Amino acid sequence: MDLKDRLTKLKVKALSEIDTVEDLKKINEIRVNLLGKKGPITEVLRGMKDLSKEERPVVGSLANKVRDELTAAITQRREKLEISKIARKLEKEKIDVTLPGVPVKAGQPHIIMQVIDQLEKLFLGMGYQVVDGPEIEEDHYNFEMMNLPKDHPARDMQDTFYITEQILMRTQTSPVQARTMEKHDFAKGPLKMISPGKVYRRDTDDATHSHQFHQVEGLVIDRHITMGDLKGTLQSIARTIFGDEREIRLRPSYFPFTEPSVEVDVSCFKCGGKGCTVCKQTGWIEVLGAGMVHPNVLTMAGIDAEVYGGFAFGLGPDRFAMLKYGVDDIREFYLNDVRFLSQFAQKG
Amino acid sequence: MKVSTKWLKDYIDLDINPEELAEKIERTAVEVDGVSRLDKNLKKIVVGATVEVRKHPESDHLNICQVDVGAAELLQIVCGAPNIAAGKKVIVALPNSRIAGNVKIKKSKMRGEVSEGMICSLQEIGFSESVVPKAYAAGIYLLPDDAKPGEPVYSYLGMDEDIIDLDVTPNRADMLSMRGTAHELAAIYDQKVILKKPALQEDLTDKISNYIQVTADKELSPTYLLRIIKDVQVEESPMWLQRRLWNAGIRPMNNVVDVTNYILLDYGQPLHSFDYQKIAGKGIEVRLAKSGETLRTLDEEERKLLPNDIVIADDNGPIALAGTMGGLNSGISAETQVIALEAAVFNSSAIRKTARKHNLHSEAAMRFERGINRGTVAEALDMAAQLIAELGNGKIVAGVAGTQDSIQPVIINISTKKINDVLGTELQIAEIKDIFERLGFTIEEENGNFTVSVPVRRWDISIPADLIEEVARIYGYDNLPATLPSGELTPGKYTYKQQVIRDTRSILEESGLMQAISYGLTSDKKAQRFMMEDAQSTRLNFPMSSDRTTVRMNLISGLLDDVAYNNARKVSDVMLYEQGRVFYRDVDNDRPREVEHVAAAMTGLYSAQSWHDEKKQIDFYVTKGIVEHLLTVLGVTDVNYRASQEHEEMHPGRTADIFIGNLFIGFVGEVHPNISKEYGIGRTYVFELDLQKIIDFNNELIVYQPVSKYPVITRDVAMAVGKEIANADIVNFIKKQSGKILSNVQLFDVYEGGKISTEQKSLAYELTYSDSSKTLEDDDVTADFEKVMSKLQAKFNVEIR
Ligand SMILES: [Zn+2]
Repeated sequence: MDLKDRLTKLKVKALSEIDTVEDLKKINEIRVNLLGKKGPITEVLRGMKDLSKEERPVVGSLANKVRDELTAAITQRREKLEISKIARKLEKEKIDVTLPGVPVKAGQPHIIMQVIDQLEKLFLGMGYQVVDGPEIEEDHYNFEMMNLPKDHPARDMQDTFYITEQILMRTQTSPVQARTMEKHDFAKGPLKMISPGKVYRRDTDDATHSHQFHQVEGLVIDRHITMGDLKGTLQSIARTIFGDEREIRLRPSYFPFTEPSVEVDVSCFKCGGKGCTVCKQTGWIEVLGAGMVHPNVLTMAGIDAEVYGGFAFGLGPDRFAMLKYGVDDIREFYLNDVRFLSQFAQKG
Repeated sequence: MKVSTKWLKDYIDLDINPEELAEKIERTAVEVDGVSRLDKNLKKIVVGATVEVRKHPESDHLNICQVDVGAAELLQIVCGAPNIAAGKKVIVALPNSRIAGNVKIKKSKMRGEVSEGMICSLQEIGFSESVVPKAYAAGIYLLPDDAKPGEPVYSYLGMDEDIIDLDVTPNRADMLSMRGTAHELAAIYDQKVILKKPALQEDLTDKISNYIQVTADKELSPTYLLRIIKDVQVEESPMWLQRRLWNAGIRPMNNVVDVTNYILLDYGQPLHSFDYQKIAGKGIEVRLAKSGETLRTLDEEERKLLPNDIVIADDNGPIALAGTMGGLNSGISAETQVIALEAAVFNSSAIRKTARKHNLHSEAAMRFERGINRGTVAEALDMAAQLIAELGNGKIVAGVAGTQDSIQPVIINISTKKINDVLGTELQIAEIKDIFERLGFTIEEENGNFTVSVPVRRWDISIPADLIEEVARIYGYDNLPATLPSGELTPGKYTYKQQVIRDTRSILEESGLMQAISYGLTSDKKAQRFMMEDAQSTRLNFPMSSDRTTVRMNLISGLLDDVAYNNARKVSDVMLYEQGRVFYRDVDNDRPREVEHVAAAMTGLYSAQSWHDEKKQIDFYVTKGIVEHLLTVLGVTDVNYRASQEHEEMHPGRTADIFIGNLFIGFVGEVHPNISKEYGIGRTYVFELDLQKIIDFNNELIVYQPVSKYPVITRDVAMAVGKEIANADIVNFIKKQSGKILSNVQLFDVYEGGKISTEQKSLAYELTYSDSSKTLEDDDVTADFEKVMSKLQAKFNVEIR
């Protein structure tokens, strides 16, 4: 048989062998057998010495071509076998991805603190400082500096826990404002502050009353502060807490430390203003009190009321949280039932 | 203040539906509690004339009445009221009518007799018990004789009047009167009020000095006036007057008392009527009560008078508590003929104290506390005297006893610029002028500068800010712009302390703890537990309950209350923390120091059994791990834990005090079983830290340590040691005795039992050696390690295994 025929036959046979082999070890053997020093191709090349000068390059190039083709076929086959080997391995590693994940242990802030945090973030962003002050206060700061002298009728509006005649559990966080106003140096810029914290009233605890609750009060004092500025600021609060579509409206009210004083309603976030049980069919919900700082309050704090003026507002995070999440009993906030607290894990 | 829109129409011509009016009042003046009308939801209630009344044969208290209700046939109605009689006009609920409480009345049979409807009391058709005249309280109401059978009863009884209930703020006491409210509405709607003046007719043949002289302390009562009305017949008031009173929530009494109450509503001027013949002597004195004086007031209570009570006294002593309540003895009765009628102004703070101390919060007292219109004291008195004289066929004795102080309008200067600066508006001079005029203020204006004369009836207005409020609310708050403060920029950031507190919260939350907020007020006992320093407790002077008497001096007590609440509701796995203040009082101070603390209470499972993991119980080490993590992340170094038996409320073998260096900052451990038992809770682990001490800790900035380029070498060692020897002692000893190349000691195993003797435990450590400048030689490490191990054996008698 001539060498060319042998090569062609060899190629056909080897290719079919390569195509059918299923084992990586075997393909290696085939490679050694076919292409190795003792393999048939080498043997063919060795037999070339008997050929004529004309035939030698023809057969030589054919032999090389066959070798290249077989090498390529072996490589291809091996890759294929390797891929399927990995696939088989991965198949064995298959798990039930529908089994539950390992729970991550995480707590979360109390719902009232979440409301306060949101407000702090808003006001820090607007250049306010957050100021803390004593929970046990002097009558002087809690009432008198707030334009509520000892026998003022409006003192009846807040029942107070007294410790001595002069010392009391603060009924509002405004004494923090009184203390801050006294110290503020207006040469260093305007006063913009909020004072969040616990306050106490001599109330019997029931679904809507708590002897302890929270307040966030705000105060801005500068040369040119307008009631329009107050309105814009209140709008920011309403939209931050109750949603971007909220509108506010102001109604006249009375607080001894502001004049004019207003009660602030926010358009109902539940019904959008059409009327529902949350807003008692009015479309509006009363959420906070505010006003322009009373000149007496400025004067008592040593601030020139002719030059400076400002606004103040006060709101209750407890009430905000009750409204926003539909909590109908304020006592829930202070019982710390884990099943209650954990409902507010979601951010925002 | 309940305002009848019908009454308002006497003073101002408004044709606006009551809901709309209420909304406008609420947006412009004061809050409105509601709009109501008594005939709402009622049906088929008419005037009936009792033609015949006879006893029910089967009953000793029922009567069978034949009633004319304007129809062709009489109705037979069975009635049980004691005051039923023939020939009276009564309230009849016809068959298929609806009375109060949505009750339907049907034709029925009562003990065998047909009853076609019901004869009603006022309560049955919706009147509050508190306004029903005493004479009709136990029976049916009798309508005036001229009432027409068959007509609806509503207008006879004033039930068709819309009532707007105003919630008047303390500053707007001018609106605690019909006239004040009319003025306000006139301003809101740009209308004019028409107010009736008294048409006084005095009996000039008699004069007041024949009856009485007044001496009043000006400080206590700047205005005190008395009139005498004689020959009065005390009887039931006419319907129009009764209607006005009960629609305002006041029970009609008789034509004298009713007039004083009517004037109270109309002018906001409290009046008091005395039975003149019960006054001893001719002198009336307004003075402070003397010690030991008593007075039986109209509510029949014998009261001990206090030295600050203002009294009206006759020759024998007090006959009335000024401005709050009259005396029983000098009160108006059916026999009264001569009336001494008082109109006065009393010192508001004195009235406030008296009302509080005697718990007498009457309509009169409330008005004196908040102030009254000092411009109409005499006018109100004249109006009342005239009305009493008319209704009781009496005569007004000529003249007034007592004196009146003169009161001038307040003058306030304000500029257009100031108003616009404060409101952020661009109001024109003419607009402001218009608002002041609508309010009835007298003004002079020059170049936008106003001189405003405020009428006496608006005594709440005294400074420019008050005028700005008037302008703002009449102009309308809706019309104000919404802007933000535009001044100098200020940075908004937390202080270092605030930041540490907020970091503490988030570190603990990320560690799996839920934030709790407990009560700051607790019982005396709970306040003083788990104390971290010596301090006095701070108590309320008048607590409301024994659970809330004292301000807390620890946070753990509150958290244990929370754990108990959860455990009691079958929630057994609880991990709560609280950040808040404790209140330590020093001996000589009334006011405590407020110190920021953080604490946690943990019980039950740390993680539950799952298909993936074993369950993990909360124990001392889980709790301590959280403390360690917290302090590490807060950047606190040099922290050490020392076994402590100092805390009475803690497990003596499972509690560690926590120190920074030698500074005590808190403790961690298991709650003493006695305390757990008291709370009814399971094994509970707690820690409490003085956060202020952590804030004060000089927190150095973290300095970057280059990571060694050279490989580390480790040595493991296991040792048996006496049980009493603490891990910390061994670790500290190894660190102290080793050379510089030792970089870490890590405990990786602890066990007892097995081959270890009962007096010992086995501890296993990995020691890590490194050098940042060169590759460590194995021999150097071995030398150092062996040196330390032999010292350890000598020091603690450990067996290296
Ligand atoms: Zn709604």
